[in-house]
Amino acid sequence: MNWNWSHVDDFMPLFWDGVELTLKALFFGTLIAFSLGLVWAIAQRSEKKWIRWPVTVFTEFIRNTPLLVQLFFLFYVVPEWGPSMSPLTTGIVGLGLHYSTYTSEVYRAGIEGVPDGQWEAATALSLSKRRTWTAVILPQAVRRVIPALGNYVIIMLKESPQMAAIGALDMLGQAQGYSQATFTYEAISVVGVAFIVIAYPASVLLRVLERRLVR
Amino acid sequence: MSADSSTSQEIPNPAVDGSELIRFDKVVKRYGSNTVLDELDFSVASGKHVTLIGPSGSGKTTILRLLMTLVKPDEGTIKVGDNYLTHEERNGKLVPAGEKHVREVRKNIGMVFQQFNLFPNMKVLRNITEAPVTVLGLSKDEAEQRARELLDLVGLGDRCDAYPSQLSGGQQQRVAIARALAMRPQVLLLDEVTSALDPELVAGVLDVLRDIAHTTDITMLCVTHEMSFARDISDQVLMFDSGRVIESGTPEKIFTEPEHERTREFLSAVL
Ligand SMILES: Nc1ncnc2c1ncn2[C@@H]1O[C@H](COP(=O)(O)OP(=O)(O)OP(=O)(O)O)[C@@H](O)[C@H]1O
Ligand SMILES: [Mg+2]
Repeated sequence: MNWNWSHVDDFMPLFWDGVELTLKALFFGTLIAFSLGLVWAIAQRSEKKWIRWPVTVFTEFIRNTPLLVQLFFLFYVVPEWGPSMSPLTTGIVGLGLHYSTYTSEVYRAGIEGVPDGQWEAATALSLSKRRTWTAVILPQAVRRVIPALGNYVIIMLKESPQMAAIGALDMLGQAQGYSQATFTYEAISVVGVAFIVIAYPASVLLRVLERRLVR
Repeated sequence: MSADSSTSQEIPNPAVDGSELIRFDKVVKRYGSNTVLDELDFSVASGKHVTLIGPSGSGKTTILRLLMTLVKPDEGTIKVGDNYLTHEERNGKLVPAGEKHVREVRKNIGMVFQQFNLFPNMKVLRNITEAPVTVLGLSKDEAEQRARELLDLVGLGDRCDAYPSQLSGGQQQRVAIARALAMRPQVLLLDEVTSALDPELVAGVLDVLRDIAHTTDITMLCVTHEMSFARDISDQVLMFDSGRVIESGTPEKIFTEPEHERTREFLSAVL
């Protein structure tokens, strides 16, 4: 098989569409995963059973079923009685929701890593619950888990091609379409390189953060 | 906050000496099947400095933690000033205290911990101003002025902008003392506040506490193994054994002519 640059040229417009979609999905998916995960983690420490219990069941359920199933469900089943969303929006919601159940575990570990003495000092000073969380516990907990959270950004990047199943063509989805139509492999190779180009600097950045934040 | 006195007949009210600030009444605390405090009664008069001594496991820390509401008693009542810490009065009946009531009463109590427990994510000044601003509602300026005065008092006026991790243990503990005092509590609880320190740092912290004991009218409840310090600042020493006060008196009496055999054994072991 000979490498043919003209296939690369032909693929480029599709490639950039795919890159745009991948980055959008990654950015907004991460936003959802990071914020929703925090909500789950805090809810699971609630003193109220009726908050703790449903959240635990829901997050366990999401974490233990495949992302692909959730994407299909959101795209084909939810619109039957709820909002119908574009493939990209569905992909973002699915990715964010799915990985929020993982980031919640990360936050949970971070929160549990804050020594009891910090809670006790907050009580001794009569700090409100809200203040105890926002000023004392979360700044310490989140700092510790930023590298672990960052790992999920890379994992989400690598899982984002699953969105192609509901018609949101990320860069891999585009390459697959092109390659199957033309029986060539150049497009797939370009995308492989693109994944590395995005993921590798991200891992380096994470390692730097880890060294600076976790002391 | 103030209790309605017309409904107070139904409330079990232990004979109250006007100046009494803390009263434990038949307080029981169990951990599983281990009864740590068994119907403990004791009281502390306002402005007094009281030291709790006794063997390891006798329940000294538990008493301070009960007062700080870090643990709940299984039975009995604890009163701080005119209010129950553990209960509140509703329609003339004593019911277990709600969160809001506990917070109000607890504002009168401050605590310094063995492990300092400063907030590592905040600079020294903010460690001290956080609660006065968000709990007492002081303005930032007022709180900072108060904090700076207290830092001067503990000899750290120049370390406002340091993070706790940049300070020695002794300095951290002095910041923790300033942090507790910034809330202007009526009672200061001190649980072995020098036992996590390197020996050469102990004296600095004890000097600060001596100073506070001798120059303020704050009530102190103090657990310590530093007997010379206890002798120096205490008006009263309580000897605990197995969750009971077995002997109490002035430091002169307890340290020089203890009545109880257990006290004598304990003192000869630690002195
Ligand atoms: N969280 C806990 N869970 C179970 N048991 C506990 C707990 N805290 C304290 N205890 C038990 O309660 C008893 C009294 O403990 P406490 O810490 O009050 O003793 P102490 O007088 O402060 O001792 P020390 O001088 O060693 O600090 C001990 O037997 C201890 O094992
Ligand atoms: Mg103790």
